[in-house]
Amino acid sequence: MSILVDKNTRLVVQGITGSAGGFHARQCMEYGTNVVAGVTPGKGGQLFDGKVPVFDTVWEARQQTACNVSVIFVPAAGAADGILEAVDAGVELVICITEGIPVMDMMRVKAQMAGKKSWLIGPNCPGIITPGACKIGIMPGYIHKPGKVGVISRSGTLTYEAVWQLTSRGYGQSTCIGIGGDPINGMSHLDAVELFCDDPDTDSMILIGEIGGSAEEEAAEWIKVNCKKPVAAFIAGATAPPGRRMGHAGAIVSGGKGTAAGKIEALKAAGIAVAETPATMADTLIARMKGAN
Amino acid sequence: MNIHEYQAKELLQKFGVATPRGKAASTPDEAEQAARELGTNNLVVKAQIHAGGRGKGTFANGFKGGVHLCKSPAEARDLAAKMLGQTLVTHQTGPAGRVVNKVLIAESAEIAREIYFAILLDRATAGPIVVASTEGGVEIETVAAKTPEKILREKIQPLAGFQAHQGRKLAKQLGFETSQMKAAAKLFDGLYRTFMACDCSMLEINPLIVTPGGEVLALDAKFNFDDNALYRHPELAALRDIAEEDPREVEASKHGLNYIGLDGNIACLVNGAGLAMATMDIIKFYGGSPANFLDVGGGATEEQVTEAFKILVSDAKVKAILVNIFGGIMKCDIIAQGIINAVKTVKLPVPLVVRLEGTNVDAGKKLIAESGLRVITADDLGDAAQKAVHAANRGRTAIKEMSSTK
Repeated sequence: MSILVDKNTRLVVQGITGSAGGFHARQCMEYGTNVVAGVTPGKGGQLFDGKVPVFDTVWEARQQTACNVSVIFVPAAGAADGILEAVDAGVELVICITEGIPVMDMMRVKAQMAGKKSWLIGPNCPGIITPGACKIGIMPGYIHKPGKVGVISRSGTLTYEAVWQLTSRGYGQSTCIGIGGDPINGMSHLDAVELFCDDPDTDSMILIGEIGGSAEEEAAEWIKVNCKKPVAAFIAGATAPPGRRMGHAGAIVSGGKGTAAGKIEALKAAGIAVAETPATMADTLIARMKGAN
Repeated sequence: MNIHEYQAKELLQKFGVATPRGKAASTPDEAEQAARELGTNNLVVKAQIHAGGRGKGTFANGFKGGVHLCKSPAEARDLAAKMLGQTLVTHQTGPAGRVVNKVLIAESAEIAREIYFAILLDRATAGPIVVASTEGGVEIETVAAKTPEKILREKIQPLAGFQAHQGRKLAKQLGFETSQMKAAAKLFDGLYRTFMACDCSMLEINPLIVTPGGEVLALDAKFNFDDNALYRHPELAALRDIAEEDPREVEASKHGLNYIGLDGNIACLVNGAGLAMATMDIIKFYGGSPANFLDVGGGATEEQVTEAFKILVSDAKVKAILVNIFGGIMKCDIIAQGIINAVKTVKLPVPLVVRLEGTNVDAGKKLIAESGLRVITADDLGDAAQKAVHAANRGRTAIKEMSSTK
């Protein structure tokens, strides 16, 4: 079992006729994801790879295919509009892979999504995968294995690192979510933790954060009070100099806030096992599950 | 991206934000001319570099202070001559300092009161927020630590924008007289419009001054722009001054690489920002010190990897190179071929540790094995970091001790 996506997911790919959108749509389909529609304005009526209908608008795709999840590969300048288009069409879960969206655009998206039922994951994220059932995004499928560990991360490749460590040690994953590295994004660490906590088929979690903001601290506070499942964490950026943004627009220590040390302290205070290095994320969780740390 | 003080003030003026009159000059002649045009004997000459602490800085030629008051165009000329072309060292520039290519000649304003006023994008509320204080002209961090009650915060609804009543309230909270309130509120609104129109992540005025005559002026300004939005602001992108940037970072940005220079001796080449940060962390954990942050991203080509590798090799401080790739979109064979191509054109002077995992990992490993490159291979991240630290300490002898190829 899993959260958010599974065998019943009906996926629409926004930007399916672009090179990134097309490539990853194919990869997702090969993994077994049920891609029911594509959207590219001006290319409605085509068939992608001879089987997936392409529409001009998400609204039409939703009307005709009952797609309930969208993944966005639209270039940065049009991605914010793409998110709102999917929300407007009533798509329940919108996953935006696009990186480099201006933060003012995301600010407006976030404000307009307030009170709506749709979830947003990302932007600037690898996507979401329920191993063995549904892959939506750009992560390499083969490193995953069905199982019971939930993985939440702001970073793509660091998620792969954690997943690979788990899989190599025989531990599968229920669902893995990359929430993205931008300062304003959709689903937060806390949102994902709550979903995993309620999921009967997730028995433990790895939470991967990085410098900047206070999302990890908020998740830690909640876990301390509400979550009995074993949780391990890693925070990237302990050695990053203040005032320099480390690749992700959100990964910056400014005004003494958002330091790795502060986050690690908050996580430990919440009873979460914090990995000393990114090479020991899975080992730290396994030790915690066995009550060894 | 950062801009100079004179550029910041020109930008503010476009949005009706009052600043002391002034003009930038590149030569002593221009400085004298600018001073003459101002038509006042209350002048200030300010060195233009992208670093704080200019007033207390010292030039490499011994001349003290990058900010000087003076009383005549001739004096302004003399001061400009002492600053232009010289290297100014401040507590923010590091010992190397920065060369002053321009000075700002401005009217020196009389100050009755100094205020702090900033607008930033607040992650917690996902909207703009005004941070202001009656304690201007000093480090705001110090004010926040010692007298947190003196920091005002005013949230702005992202879709509605800054409201007129918010400007009036802030003016009152900041101690403006009834007669000054409208002018102050208008200036705050101008700052908000600048912030939004320029896609800023921060706009800081420290200090915002009130003159004895009641005029409100932005005396200094610091902008942080959202790099992701520069594509729609060619006029802002044109303000970039690459002379102010680390040459390694300038070279990297030409090739679309995400690179930040650091002071250590282990160069890193990684895909993904989170993994790149984590790689720096684990190097430090094992007692080493990273020379850089480098995220080659997911869509890098062989050529970009080659250029990235050349930048790493050209750094004289580097004693070892660690390549850590977890292929997702990025394919391991692209990385391998990029490195092999780079080593064909530049010598590899230091040990190279390579850890590959993920998409096309076998093809990548095969390419490296067949290339005859002397590479120290690693099985996982921990192994790779330890080998890189060891190699940096051992120098060239590590290549023979640890290489997979003889």
